[in-house]
Amino acid sequence: MAAPVKVYGPTLSTAVSRVLACLIEKDVDFQLIPINMSKGEHKKPDFIKMQPFGQVPAFQDESISLFESRAICRYICDKYADKGNKELYGTNPLAKASIDQWLEAEGQSFNPPSGALVFQLAFAPRMKIPQDEGLIKQNQEKLGKVLDVYEKRLGESRFLAGDEFSLADLSHLPNTQYLVAGTDRGELFTSRKNVGRWWSEISSRESWKKVVQMQKSG
Amino acid sequence: MSTSTSLVIICLHEKEVDFELVPVDLFAGEQKQPHFLAKNPFGQVPVLEDGDLTLFESRAISAYIAEKFKETGYDLLRHQNLQEAALVKVWMEVESQQFHPAIAPIVYQFYVVPLKGVSPDQAIIDDNLEKLGKVLDIYEARLSSTKYLAGDFYSLADLHHLPYTCYLMKTTAASVINERPHVKAWWEDISSRPVSKKAAEGMTFGEKCTLKIKALLL
Repeated sequence: MAAPVKVYGPTLSTAVSRVLACLIEKDVDFQLIPINMSKGEHKKPDFIKMQPFGQVPAFQDESISLFESRAICRYICDKYADKGNKELYGTNPLAKASIDQWLEAEGQSFNPPSGALVFQLAFAPRMKIPQDEGLIKQNQEKLGKVLDVYEKRLGESRFLAGDEFSLADLSHLPNTQYLVAGTDRGELFTSRKNVGRWWSEISSRESWKKVVQMQKSG
Repeated sequence: MSTSTSLVIICLHEKEVDFELVPVDLFAGEQKQPHFLAKNPFGQVPVLEDGDLTLFESRAISAYIAEKFKETGYDLLRHQNLQEAALVKVWMEVESQQFHPAIAPIVYQFYVVPLKGVSPDQAIIDDNLEKLGKVLDIYEARLSSTKYLAGDFYSLADLHHLPYTCYLMKTTAASVINERPHVKAWWEDISSRPVSKKAAEGMTFGEKCTLKIKALLL
């Protein structure tokens, strides 16, 4: 029996929760090693050795040491292709290409504005950092335009890459969870009929419910 | 030539794949017309058509090409070695999430803004050069222990840095690369590959860009 993989980071981190959701979907045993960011543990030499940018998560699978949550997710899906949800990263090259396309759209178009809003609206207040109204407005507009594209897509397709829930949808869970459940801007998602339907469906997956539970108790 | 389109072309050449380049007139706004939006709802170039598959997002396209044609041309993904392949994925995400957000606004100020008759915004350039410098400090440390980003082998992770850096090197911001000896040596190496040099010849901003690619299979 292989040793469980290790994930280093706090459950509240969007990038960490992205990896946890993937591991649970793939039914891969893991050990979560908490990193106390308010104490600067992510900037200490031992951590920097694993993640030179001093960010979470870091990941280890026996002798393989990785970082960047989307790379970790792709690795998990490739290495453990036969475990858990086999459709998560597609079972043929065309399905995989479509999933990669929407995973890139998440990383390039969705994440910057939604991530900025999560920071401004959910994290800045906790960290006693003043909010930047200009940045909030700007990113809300940007995110709205991206969600308009999603609204059209999700009127044609049940999930972003096709008929099956995939890594592309999963990658959107962390930021959206904060915006819908933790701020007053959830209507960006819920006021759009298809996006609202999609959010409801992907967020009620058992794997995501487990991650949210971990965030609440962690 | 758009940076994203150049990226895909470089990948196609490294894999020795024949393709047809179909012009899309960016200056006339062709990418926002319904016939193009049907291919990429985000209205961006490039788009790949390969048989029944239509794909957008240059990084998804390059990954698809590198995977599909893994048995021909240069081995960009290290698919036969799980550890090496995983590190290629990591450094591809580093380019996407750390390098790109810092370099893109700089290139935009130097090249795109003047096309609209406006002077480059020095504050934006300086701000992003500082960010890019911090990212490149980490690259400097990495490249003093490995010849290329993912290991001692050129990979898709290095390739993804070519287009934007090529444009940066023609500006005064080139110092951010030249000041760091290992980064500079790495740049000189990857940009002097025959395919890289050939692509650089085609990278002159402001010309009508050829953007939609049809890959013809042999």
